[in-house]
Amino acid sequence: MDAFSDPALIARAQMALSLSFHIVFASVGIAMPVLMVIAEARWLRTGDKTDLDLAHRWAKGTAVLFAIGAVSGTVLSFELGLLFPGFMRLAGPIIGFPFSLEGFAFFIEAIFLGIYLYGWNRITPKQHLFSGIMVALSGLASAVFVTFVNAWMNAPRGFTFADGKLLNIDPLGAFQTPFAFHEIVHGSLAAYAATGLAVAGIHAWALLLGRAPHFHQRALSIALWVALPACLLQPLVGHLAGQRIAEHQPAKLAALEQLQHTQTRAPLTVGPFEIPGALSVMAFNDPDARVQGLDAFAPADRPPSLVRPAFLIMVSIGTLLALFAAGMAWRHFRRRPPWGDRRILWATVLMSPLGFVALQTGWIVTEVGRQPWVVYGVLRTADMATPSPGLGIRLGIFALIYLVLAATVVAVLRRHIRATFTPNLPEGRA
Amino acid sequence: MNLGWAELVAGIALLALAIYAVTGGADFGAGIWDRLAAGPRKQDQRDVIEKAIAPIWETNHVWLIFVVVLLFSAFPNAFATIGIALYAPLSLVLLGIVLRGAGFVFRQYGHGSVADRQRWGRTFGGASVLTPFFLGTALAAISSGSIRVDAADRVRTSVSAWLGWFPVTVGVFVMTAFGFVAAVYLCIEANDKPELQDDFRRRALVSGLVLGALSFAVRFTAEFANPVFARRLFGWQGTALMLQTGVAAVALATLFAVFRRRYRIARGLAVLQVVTIVAGWGYAQYPYVIAPDLLLATTAAPVATLRLIALGVGVGAILLIPSLIWMFRVFKTP
Ligand code: HDD
Ligand code: HEM
Ligand code: HEM
Repeated sequence: MDAFSDPALIARAQMALSLSFHIVFASVGIAMPVLMVIAEARWLRTGDKTDLDLAHRWAKGTAVLFAIGAVSGTVLSFELGLLFPGFMRLAGPIIGFPFSLEGFAFFIEAIFLGIYLYGWNRITPKQHLFSGIMVALSGLASAVFVTFVNAWMNAPRGFTFADGKLLNIDPLGAFQTPFAFHEIVHGSLAAYAATGLAVAGIHAWALLLGRAPHFHQRALSIALWVALPACLLQPLVGHLAGQRIAEHQPAKLAALEQLQHTQTRAPLTVGPFEIPGALSVMAFNDPDARVQGLDAFAPADRPPSLVRPAFLIMVSIGTLLALFAAGMAWRHFRRRPPWGDRRILWATVLMSPLGFVALQTGWIVTEVGRQPWVVYGVLRTADMATPSPGLGIRLGIFALIYLVLAATVVAVLRRHIRATFTPNLPEGRA
Repeated sequence: MNLGWAELVAGIALLALAIYAVTGGADFGAGIWDRLAAGPRKQDQRDVIEKAIAPIWETNHVWLIFVVVLLFSAFPNAFATIGIALYAPLSLVLLGIVLRGAGFVFRQYGHGSVADRQRWGRTFGGASVLTPFFLGTALAAISSGSIRVDAADRVRTSVSAWLGWFPVTVGVFVMTAFGFVAAVYLCIEANDKPELQDDFRRRALVSGLVLGALSFAVRFTAEFANPVFARRLFGWQGTALMLQTGVAAVALATLFAVFRRRYRIARGLAVLQVVTIVAGWGYAQYPYVIAPDLLLATTAAPVATLRLIALGVGVGAILLIPSLIWMFRVFKTP
């Protein structure tokens, strides 16, 4: 069967497309409220209208992104049934509970975002700030709940498996998946890092053009304060993630390192160099630890080698961003603002897309690295896909729509951002 | 009836569906009137519609997501079956949901040219017309008896399950019902402009009458599609009769209230009318999730899951209800 007629492959492609589209808007929905709330809280404390203006403008951009996040999320919840009915039939009772909790998080998020965006003149400033905080909290909560599901798919717990069925289902036991901690922390930090950097890049660019410096300096400062601490922490949490994989998903680790043979003192390959024993240390804190290579798994059980480049991209970006964050912290303690040096502004502009690149490649590591399993070690992806006809056409239509949506979002945001670039933006007031 | 956890969770899902119909459904209905805006106050009509739904449509939309989530958590086999049998209409529903939401925000926030705004406005309106139609056909297909599941969970069905006379009639019925409810709400939203208010009053009266006529068509076509279901919904005795008389009486009262320009009363009655219709549908479905092969009781998730979901909903409601009340107070009090 060739790739275009294999229903499982098309279903996976559509799932992957929808998720990678959704995750961008979801991450923005997690992090933007934090930026808005910081700006608004500053305004309440100092009375500086620049902060209020900032909160207003960020809120307008967020409104569009949030709506696209909501519709793309709806697509996902239907697609679970449209593309992977077999998976949902078996796993629904166990992952349904976190998804139900996520439903409540969506409610709270949507309610308070509506109040935040349209309630400026209808409620008191304190109530308004409170709404913003609720949006930020519930956005984080939705990420936590849905990531629980993904962690469970990677390291399933809370059932016994027999006759192709999940029995003795214990939905609370499912929460004890050992992947939850690192995925939730690493994934949420990624949202703050990626979104914060993207926003910082926009305002750094405005500063390079010499537009409304007071406004953009404030914006840049808040965005970096959200992004950089996350960038500093990411490699640490990422390392923890690696150790969890070594323990629970040895095939994924072997694929990430493309380690062909099982060995003790496994080396780590960094560019042209090979450091003996380093992989054993990284994975098990012990240079003599035995690391399983790809040869320990049947060819049908090995994840696609695509995960290797994805992993390298994420780790390289993660290292670069952490170094950048450390440098900025050093400058901060020497009381040098980022806008004091055009090179820093340029660096910020150049790095602004990298957070999202790391985020997408990281999900490729997690999801493609789990293959051929949809629920690791239990259910195979290929057995779970829908038998419905016409999958290819549907994939084509959705790809086209996502393309149109992405293009329109970019166009709308460009116009929105350009409006804040206008040189006659009154300094210091809305 | 032997009521258990499965019935409880199904009841919660049905309630969520009813709330979706009178909130999210009405937002789609408003989109229909946006598409059909006409006459000298065309732009005013669109402005009222935009102002009315902008702050709340995303919240209202979550009710649908909630129904979907409850369905796959509590009735996974039914969800899988629906996903397989109704992939075509549901993909169209999704397409409509995406285009409706995107069209609406892009029109609102696009900073675009007039032509741009008009294009996204047409997308918003067009998608608002089609989505409820396909949603209706999918719901009817579930009741039509033509989605069959064998003992090995293999699904058999045909296109006519959702593209026959009965589902198409229900599709038009759902579309009209959403439009009707929206028109009644919009009479209140336009209360500072009497002429505009009369525009929506006319729309409410016409769509209300059409809805009445359609309910007979639904009844007629249901008889051919699935007589068992039709008898439970439209039979001449017991609960069916009570529900029918109830819906009919409330429907007449709603129309009368609109006619007498008692819009706040009409709004309450319209809500009651739709909720009763959904309740009637749920009653007629019972004891099946998907007639005639998937019973509620036997396809439900294990009790551990059902109990936890019910508990989760209870706790979630403590947070949700005050938040919802606050939202409607902020935006829907004059
Ligand atoms: C800004 C984004 C970002 C950055 C800078 C990094 N990562 Fe990452 N990484 C992600 C964003 C991400 C993610 C959000 O895409 C993933 C996917 C699933 C998850 O929990 O986080 C991820 C997954 C992920 C996994 C797989 C986890 C699993 O399968 O459960 C590993 C091993 C790492 N990361 C390791 C690292 C290391 C060693 C980094 C730094 C040197 C690093 N990541 C930086
Ligand atoms: C939002 C971030 C996520 C991204 C970017 C992502 C990405 C991907 C990718 C790339 C694939 C295709 C893998 C392959 O076919 O080789 C995939 C598959 C899949 N993912 Fe994720 N994923 C994410 C989160 C989740 C979550 C939270 C769930 C929880 C239900 C999930 C469920 C699935 C399913 C059901 C499949 C299809 C089966 C499979 O191929 O394993 N994903 N995802
Ligand atoms: C299979 C996986 C997923 C499904 C079924 C799903 C479903 C949804 C749905 C239905 C919405 C709309 C809610 C609304 O209308 O307010 C949504 C929004 C959202 N999702 Fe997802 N989602 C998935 C993956 C993820 C992942 C991996 C994350 C984050 C790590 C995430 C975070 C969010 C957030 C924060 C929102 C809020 C809306 C926004 O910010 O645009 N979701 N999701």
